[in-house]
Amino acid sequence: MTDAIASFGAGRRPVSIHTDDAAKARLKGRYRAETWFKWLGAAAVALAGLFLVLLLSTIVTQAIPALRQNYLTLPIDLSAAKVDAAKLDAVNYDAIAQEALTAKFPDVTSRQDKRLLRGLISTGTGVFLRKDIAADPGMLGGTVDYAVPLDDFADLYLKGLLADVGSDEAISTSVTPSQSSGDIDLTFGDDAMLALARGHGATEGENGMLTLTSGASSLLVAFNGGTVKLTALSPGANGTAVAKGTVIEALDSTAPAASGQAFLRVIDTPEASRKISDKVIVWLDTLKSAGLIESRFNSIFFFTGASREPELAGIWGAVVGSFLTMIVTLAIAFPIGVSAAIYLEEFAPKNRLTTIIEVNINNLAAVPSIVFGLLGLAVFLNFFGLPRSAPVVGGMVLALMTLPIIIIASRASLRAVPPSIREAALGIGASKVQTVFHHVLPLAMPGIMTGTILGMAHALGETAPLLMIGMVAFIVDIPGGFTDPATILPVQIFMWADFPEAGFQQKTSAAILILLVFLVIMNAIAVILRRRFERRW
Amino acid sequence: MNIMTEASVEQKLSSGTNEPSIKMKGEKVSVHYGEKRALFDVDLDVRENQVTALIGPSGCGKSTFLRCLNRMNDTIDIARVSGKITLDNEDVYDPKIDVVELRARVGMVFQKPNPFPKSIYENVAYGPRIHGLARSKAELDGIVESSLKKAGLFNEVKDRLLESGTGLSGGQQQRLCIARAIAVSPEVILMDEPCSALDPIATARVEELIDELRQNYTIVIVTHSMQQAARVSQRTAMFHLGYLVEEGATDKMFTNPDDKRTQDYITGRFG
Repeated sequence: MTDAIASFGAGRRPVSIHTDDAAKARLKGRYRAETWFKWLGAAAVALAGLFLVLLLSTIVTQAIPALRQNYLTLPIDLSAAKVDAAKLDAVNYDAIAQEALTAKFPDVTSRQDKRLLRGLISTGTGVFLRKDIAADPGMLGGTVDYAVPLDDFADLYLKGLLADVGSDEAISTSVTPSQSSGDIDLTFGDDAMLALARGHGATEGENGMLTLTSGASSLLVAFNGGTVKLTALSPGANGTAVAKGTVIEALDSTAPAASGQAFLRVIDTPEASRKISDKVIVWLDTLKSAGLIESRFNSIFFFTGASREPELAGIWGAVVGSFLTMIVTLAIAFPIGVSAAIYLEEFAPKNRLTTIIEVNINNLAAVPSIVFGLLGLAVFLNFFGLPRSAPVVGGMVLALMTLPIIIIASRASLRAVPPSIREAALGIGASKVQTVFHHVLPLAMPGIMTGTILGMAHALGETAPLLMIGMVAFIVDIPGGFTDPATILPVQIFMWADFPEAGFQQKTSAAILILLVFLVIMNAIAVILRRRFERRW
Repeated sequence: MNIMTEASVEQKLSSGTNEPSIKMKGEKVSVHYGEKRALFDVDLDVRENQVTALIGPSGCGKSTFLRCLNRMNDTIDIARVSGKITLDNEDVYDPKIDVVELRARVGMVFQKPNPFPKSIYENVAYGPRIHGLARSKAELDGIVESSLKKAGLFNEVKDRLLESGTGLSGGQQQRLCIARAIAVSPEVILMDEPCSALDPIATARVEELIDELRQNYTIVIVTHSMQQAARVSQRTAMFHLGYLVEEGATDKMFTNPDDKRTQDYITGRFG
């Protein structure tokens, strides 16, 4: 009672069940709930956005290196002595290219090193060379500068993906070599090198002897036109340091290098824990500094078929396979799906049977996709004997999977056409079929197209059912028809993700990116169609 | 044969009393929607070149009866029609009757203007085209023009025949729907509350139009407006709870109805 009087005096408002303190508390509670819900919603959206950004940025950053490939330009000797113009197919082009490479490094003499050197260029070099010569016989008869793709490890190293390439700095003291090749001693003008070696994981022995094992970073000293790899260091007389080293590239002379003339190259990743040796790194750096290595747009990746060699593996075979499969899927699922939807929505009597059919179509949309793959295997391959791994079978299986999606989407958009349009047409004497095809279907078409495109996008990303019908096979050739063995993008991604070679990691991401681009394009078309033709009545 | 004689007798009778002949006739028309019965043994005549108004409170069955006349109830799965409806003495529910032909002869205008989302020209031309009424483009143009003129819309839209019919105002849309209905040269036009979605000015125009159309067509109109029924119709039928309460000349119905329910309804005591 006193409360009521007080609030009368204060607010000059009559107290009712909507203005008393309990009501104010209720109102406050409602606003609190609303605020809570808004924040929760915003947090959920932000979290989803964060994951999306994380996913996309991971894929994009991983994929970008795969878009380019390093090529090495070599003077290839195609003179008549090497290549018999009459028997172009019998020539060992690989050997010719390898000879051109080994000619660049006359110091490399041991069998092992030679093999390592030959491995710098891709094993596909010969094939490319033969193709190009066949296309342009004018190359024959002399020495031509020809760019060959580098091997995947060499390529990855140059992209900075195989080893942590540390510093490359001038040494601020003089360096004096004992010999120009073989195992040599180096004398440094001061002992700064000792502290440096300690910092890079050298093992300390007796007498202050520092050993650089394969578990430590590699210290490479470049001067006088050659490179020496340090193996051990010890303090010398008068504050100098003496190092033992192996010459990787021969020095021009044994003259001491003045302060600032020699360079210390540190490769942080120890040799034992990377897949590329110091020798190869030095060779590649030499070739690169000679301007012979060039990074180009990776046309191999975009326009060739699959390969076991990462640098030769391309996505085009899978893209074509996916395209052929999608054509089959669309050609089967669209007419059947739309016809079924029109029949069920416009013509079918509403009875128990049609209800059962409807429920089952809806259930079909929820069937795990691998079950459709099993069905395809049992029916299309085993019973009908259709070819294995073929886009036609893949398309049929995916059509089965897409069918319920198209039927449900088409029925929804047919149902969304207002009944007044049907009545208008029937009212002036249009037959049922005329009503549907002249008026209802055109109005429902944007919705049907949207549903179909989304269904197709779903099918494009599907992997499991196609594994069952053998589209997981390793197929090098680009499929030329619907019955050729083929693979498709998501399966290709699945296979590449499974390959142990480091080079496939980037390829996998790049292939995912391409698949995503296709999906985004398809979804964008669906959105545009929906916007463009939305509700015109 | 029996029906024929009966009908001819009636026709003679009506011509004797200088009444227009009967165009459509409903005998014991009953409609069931599933288990629910919506119309109980309605007997109603529709006379040629007259406007017959069907009035009554909501849910009384007047629209249901109207939709029986051109078999629009066929589109509702659960609707079942019994009794007999004739058009020029032919049973419209006879299996031999083609429903497409029937609807060409008995056109319909709906409560909500429902032009096709196509051009004005296409809206009007669609009917003649599907029925093959025009042999040439020029002839079709002629039908479109005369239909729009009859619907009193031509002068307003002649410069934008290729624009969408849905871009017109509500009243214009409804007149477009009337033009669309008369483009197929029907004999009877059914109108299901054609003015309920229109403002008073558009309503007045449509009512004028109905009065003009009476010269050439037989019109059955369902309306909730007593004034409209009084203004446009010659005969009025009062429905209540699925029964035909009373039917007669509009003048008499509005001044001196036989049934108390009719009187109560038109004076606004229920409904």
